Amino acid sequence: MENDIIKIDVQKELLSANGRLNLHINATLKKGELTVLFGDSGAGKTTLLRMVSGLTAPDKGYIKVGNSVWFDEKTNINLPPQKRNIGYVFQDYALFPNMTVFENIAFGQKEKNYKYVSELIERFGISEFTNQKPVKLSGGQKQRIALARSLARKPDFLLLDEPLSALDSNIRISLQDEILKAHQFGNLTTLLVSHDLTEVFRLAQNVLKIENGKITRSGKPGKLFINNQISGKVQLTGSVIRIEKQDTFYLLTVVTGMNQIIKVTAFPNDIKDLYEGAQVVVFSKALNPIIMKL
Amino acid sequence: MDAVFIETLWITAKLAILTTLTLLILGMPFSYFLAYSHFRLKPVIEAIVSMPLVLPPSVIGYYMLVAYSPKYWFGDMLQKIFNIRLAFSFEGVLIASVIFSLPFMVQPLQNGLSALPLNLREASYTLGKTKTITFFKVLLPNIKPSLITAIALTFAHCIGEFGIVLMVGGNMPGETRVASIAIYDEIQSLNFNTANKYAFILFLISFVMLILIYTVNKKHDTWKMI
Repeated sequence: MENDIIKIDVQKELLSANGRLNLHINATLKKGELTVLFGDSGAGKTTLLRMVSGLTAPDKGYIKVGNSVWFDEKTNINLPPQKRNIGYVFQDYALFPNMTVFENIAFGQKEKNYKYVSELIERFGISEFTNQKPVKLSGGQKQRIALARSLARKPDFLLLDEPLSALDSNIRISLQDEILKAHQFGNLTTLLVSHDLTEVFRLAQNVLKIENGKITRSGKPGKLFINNQISGKVQLTGSVIRIEKQDTFYLLTVVTGMNQIIKVTAFPNDIKDLYEGAQVVVFSKALNPIIMKL
Repeated sequence: MDAVFIETLWITAKLAILTTLTLLILGMPFSYFLAYSHFRLKPVIEAIVSMPLVLPPSVIGYYMLVAYSPKYWFGDMLQKIFNIRLAFSFEGVLIASVIFSLPFMVQPLQNGLSALPLNLREASYTLGKTKTITFFKVLLPNIKPSLITAIALTFAHCIGEFGIVLMVGGNMPGETRVASIAIYDEIQSLNFNTANKYAFILFLISFVMLILIYTVNKKHDTWKMI
């Protein structure tokens, strides 16, 4: 098998909020790419990430990374996370409360290389907290520390479990940049779990859309979410937050990925398959958009 | 001060310190096992560990004497192979003390460990650390209040034990006569002055231990609130 391919074919029975879920994921990833696992809560994305990391074992199947086998149920191989060269960023950071920022980051290193730790601290902009314990820091700061920590042992793979979902949108944007930089700088293969469309567009080279435990679509983000048959000049993606009936039409309130709120009118026919929470694309055909400085 | 008085206190301290150290070594892996394993018979194991909390000390004392007796296989084996008789010896009392103080070491540690966020362990594994290193460098430092509570409670409980030590140890001066039994003795002999001295020291130690436990836990709770 080629050395730069990752083959995943795993199954697991889960008990999710919606009842029993049969997770069956069959995917081929390329090393060096940033792949986003996209989908609603409970679809199985985090479980898939945990299976790749070795924190959860699949019931059946295999995970082959290049020429090494990380998991194979048939031959009873299950490499523990310690032996997979990964960095993992948790949704709630999982920083060690008893250690300072410096110690947290240095913890992952096999041979201590304090120069590299300082470099990472510098790169992620957390120098002023170097000798503090993480307990009093903000979410954005903690996530930077968690990112730096995951890179300290120079892994080949970076796995991120909805790392930014608890943060404000402006902090999210700058942290998305950090993730991208980390991916490129470290020549990593990155798997990012997210349900934020903006993240998908800004970061993903490859997207796996997961629904009810199966991959329903895969490919480049543009191919998945933008309907190219639309010749509109302005396209916005977002989700519907309110549908109000006016006299002869409907008024929809949509929030875009950048947390902008726009109102769109639509006829009953147009909104047949829309509901509050639906992901939508809003586009304008005839007019040229006008741009003005804020 | 009386030489006998000091000797009694020394035996009491020796018993408490050795019990606490033994339980620390045994208790850490055991509480780790209980905190993180899930199996069907777990309630049975947990019940066995908690028995010393509810059983009358005389029951435990009785079973210990039976076990030590050369009439039954355990005591018999000890007599034949090692030429040891555990009944009415310091070592016999030490073993009994370890058994009846077990829940005081294991339960706080187990509760502390299971209260820790699951992903602390997992983060350490993803950073390449073994389970042992994770336990000593990540888990243990983050349950300091539980650790201090476990040690202080075990120590205080051991100093306070009366019935089991009397039954298994037999109140032998210089060997198994601890302070709690000495008080009883002195009162029987109408030496109220000496009894008072023992009682006061025991009271002071227990009180200080409890203040220590509550202070440590209070600091920890206030810290958590920030």
